[in-house]
Amino acid sequence: MDWTWLHRFGSPPHLYGLAGTLVPWLAWPAALAIAAGLYGGLVLAPPDYQQGDGFRIIYVHAPSAWLSLMAYTWMAVAAGIGLIWRMKVAHAVAASCAPVGAWFTVAALCTGMLWGKPMWGTYWAWDPRLTAELVLLFLYLGYLGLRSAIEDPQRADRASAVLAVVGVVNVPIVRYSVEWWNSIHQAPSVMKFGKPSISWPMLTPLLIMFVGFTLLFVALVLVRVRGEILRRERQARWVAEVVTV
Amino acid sequence: MTPRRRRLVLVLGILAGVAAAGALALQAFRENVMFYFDPTQVARGEAPQGERFRLGGMVEKGSVVRTPGSLQVQFLVTDFQRTVPVHYSGVLPDLFREGQGVVAHGRLGVDGVFTADEVLAKHDENYMPPEVHRSLKPPGQAAAPQG
Repeated sequence: MDWTWLHRFGSPPHLYGLAGTLVPWLAWPAALAIAAGLYGGLVLAPPDYQQGDGFRIIYVHAPSAWLSLMAYTWMAVAAGIGLIWRMKVAHAVAASCAPVGAWFTVAALCTGMLWGKPMWGTYWAWDPRLTAELVLLFLYLGYLGLRSAIEDPQRADRASAVLAVVGVVNVPIVRYSVEWWNSIHQAPSVMKFGKPSISWPMLTPLLIMFVGFTLLFVALVLVRVRGEILRRERQARWVAEVVTV
Repeated sequence: MTPRRRRLVLVLGILAGVAAAGALALQAFRENVMFYFDPTQVARGEAPQGERFRLGGMVEKGSVVRTPGSLQVQFLVTDFQRTVPVHYSGVLPDLFREGQGVVAHGRLGVDGVFTADEVLAKHDENYMPPEVHRSLKPPGQAAAPQG
């Protein structure tokens, strides 16, 4: 099989330039979508029949939780590509996904706890969904810790990539925990087959928030990838040319 | 086999191994992963005997009885197959309603009454404005059972 396209994509100066071009095209639509989604969700959407205005935390909670899983999946795929094809920029992408994904996980956990106290009656329960999401946070932290504990960059890349790939088994556990086991967390309202269990005036801002958060995530990762590439290639001549210009 | 192919097989092999180990572990600890037992499981004796566990289900419509002048409350938890009577003394969460999900933590007595020391509300995945809810459910008519 011909892998040249992948290798061109894997050239650090090429990816550095591509990421720089893409960032504004992602960041501005992300800002617009999040502003529109927040206005729609916090002002236009009607209150819920059971939860009143308290349900509105879903507009931050659900997209954060979705991205905490998506960031991990991307990180694992990039780490796997880095392991198998020995592609350095793939490791740079994986390393860039981790802190962003970890913060989305923190956001999902915190907003969930704030909602849980008034609605369930407790901030935290050792429930399968909540526990698996906490394990996800520890996987991110473990990945970041392992990277910073190993000084040799190549060894750090490989060791942390194995952890990222192995940890990906937790992603379906988080996603399906509410279906496989009895859980206090409700079943998915949107990310499921069939009709969403949330009425359209409430769903539309939520979908806009999903789009906005996803664009924001990609933009943040690309900004980090640029920094990561510069750090790794600081001895290379192309970096000196790019940076002095 | 090229080195790249060998690494591909190795990574996929590790992933498959970890996934299989995880699946077996979760299967083995199935009961421990369950956050609560429903009334049917309790009736079948699957819930731990003489130990604290969580009971989950719907609060049966019209079953909530409060003792005036105290925090004592009694209600029936149902999964539409079996019901378990629950006694609780304490503050109930905002979403505690008849016909809504609930998870009670406590002990099952020999008389079949579940004495709870903590009651959590379980919200379902349905989100709608009050008008939509009213139009779905004409006054005086019970809502369709939701799992």
